Amino acid sequence: MSFGLDAVTVSFGATRALRDVSVEVAAGTVVAVVGGDGAGKTTLLRTLVREVAPDSGTVSAPPKADLGFLPASSGSWAALTVAQNVDFAGGVYGLAGPELDARRAALLDAAGLTDAADRLASQLSGGMRRKLGFLMAIVHTPELVVLDEPSTGVDPVSRVDLWRLVSETAAAGAAVIMSTTYLDEAERAGHLVVLDDGHVLVQGSYDEVRAAFAGVVTRADAAVRPAWSWRRGRDRHEYWPDGDAPAGRDVVEPDLEDIVIALSLSRRADTVVAG
Amino acid sequence: MIVKEFRELVRDRRTVGLLVGLPLILLVVFGYAANFYVDHVHAAVVGPQAEQVAAALPDFFDVTTVDPAGTEQHARDLLRDNRVDVAFVADTDVTALVDGSNLFAAQSIVGALNGMGDTVSTEVLYNPDLTTSWVMIPAIIGLILTFIGTIVTSIGLVREREAGTLEQLAVMPIKPSTVILGKITPYFIVASIDMVVVTVLGMLLFDVPFNGNVLTFALGAAIFLFVVLGIGVFISTISQTAGQAIQTAFFFLLPQILLSGMIFPLDAMAPGVRWIGYLLPLTYFTMISQGVMLRGAGIDSLWPAFLVLAVMATVVFTAATLRFRRDLAPERRPRRRGTHAGATSGGAA
Repeated sequence: MSFGLDAVTVSFGATRALRDVSVEVAAGTVVAVVGGDGAGKTTLLRTLVREVAPDSGTVSAPPKADLGFLPASSGSWAALTVAQNVDFAGGVYGLAGPELDARRAALLDAAGLTDAADRLASQLSGGMRRKLGFLMAIVHTPELVVLDEPSTGVDPVSRVDLWRLVSETAAAGAAVIMSTTYLDEAERAGHLVVLDDGHVLVQGSYDEVRAAFAGVVTRADAAVRPAWSWRRGRDRHEYWPDGDAPAGRDVVEPDLEDIVIALSLSRRADTVVAG
Repeated sequence: MIVKEFRELVRDRRTVGLLVGLPLILLVVFGYAANFYVDHVHAAVVGPQAEQVAAALPDFFDVTTVDPAGTEQHARDLLRDNRVDVAFVADTDVTALVDGSNLFAAQSIVGALNGMGDTVSTEVLYNPDLTTSWVMIPAIIGLILTFIGTIVTSIGLVREREAGTLEQLAVMPIKPSTVILGKITPYFIVASIDMVVVTVLGMLLFDVPFNGNVLTFALGAAIFLFVVLGIGVFISTISQTAGQAIQTAFFFLLPQILLSGMIFPLDAMAPGVRWIGYLLPLTYFTMISQGVMLRGAGIDSLWPAFLVLAVMATVVFTAATLRFRRDLAPERRPRRRGTHAGATSGGAA
């Protein structure tokens, strides 16, 4: 079973948010959507959960009863307790009685929230609130789980917890798609989708994305062509799409961050030339 | 800093509207509507001497009914049904029965009758001492319902939008109508409890009578609640934040307080302003609450107010819920050509 978008274009007024985007989310896998601000990550996810209707293309998604969604906001009701939030979501999806009690207990235990069951969601830390939102999205063991930046603003320890929960959900058979701004985190996903300005720059497993990357990235104190460079720590990395880096430059093995920035710069340069 | 503030202000259309519109509303209201003196009243004259008495009355009394065969009971019925402000029973003596539930008209009538000397004996019905609180409390019940219905409801709904949980609800398998019903039912119940508490307290603390049928009153309140809840839902659909919702609700609330007849009598307003009052739901609820509580009026005489409120409830509530449904079900927005295909049975959106 797989879900996803096929040649989907979405516009908001004159702004094209997604352009001919195709993404497949297979059962048992985690797809990470990465890209900068305004790249179209949230629009892609909201289109998949039917919050946004596409201009063209086809969206394949399960019925709402088999869909779990964690929006970019907290995803929980601040004035309800942790247990009440889970119960509300479970109730909406038809869980009740002992079945709901057992599911709530198992989820809170898995997320380490059992001791916080009676705390108001508004009193939770950011990481705990995101974990709660995630639990609410999977309380009904949906076929497709859509997570909009679940780890943004979450401390590193809670991020590890969240990733464990996400991996366990996929391992249990769900198709999971999530957006993230943390590229180190995205590298762990089985499938990556790199978006820029509504375009899919590249997609595949991390190894496939690296293998498909053409050109070289160099490291130096100063860039030869500032428009093709970006800062990494104390150095500046520079992209040479044709591999024609000047002799003597220190060539580095690009990681996902380098690849995303390099491909974005390349696409924008192509757009300028084409324009 | 000043330039920055102006730039922000210009983009905040509601605040600009408030700054420009509010002084204009206040000017119009206080210029044309703020008048406690009623310069003419509707009168009926019944009894054997009706023709002569009607002819002798000063122009202040706009005689709409002259019925020589009419009895005192007939006169009381006309007052209960709010068809006249004063009814003269012209038998061997002349007795003026005055509708005390229409406070300012009654005060003017009593003043005019006092000026006529001892020829007419006066009896004020429904509010014998012309107590202001007796007239105000039925209207204040409506104001409280308006407050809860518009401000509190709209804030409650907008809070879902601000917190992003509205988006969560939109993705869940709940019908938009269920979401709307689930959101407004608690406010409906709280407003109903408030209404009972205020009514009972008004009766206990201010001795306001309840002469009519409780069910008639409850029916009027329920229909009125649907109107104001509909306004609250509508406000939430055009507001992104609680601040915007309060600001917008204020635009709805202020005219209701000033132009519904609650403070200034409709009969004393200039015709150019009075029609605004007849567009406001609180005007009709006040007619019902004062009619039922003070005069003991029934649906047979209050049906026009019930009918107007029912029409308002249908129009406002339907429009508001349709707008709210659009927020919850984007696939209903007609402009896209793409498709949402269900991957499993029943999944097509």
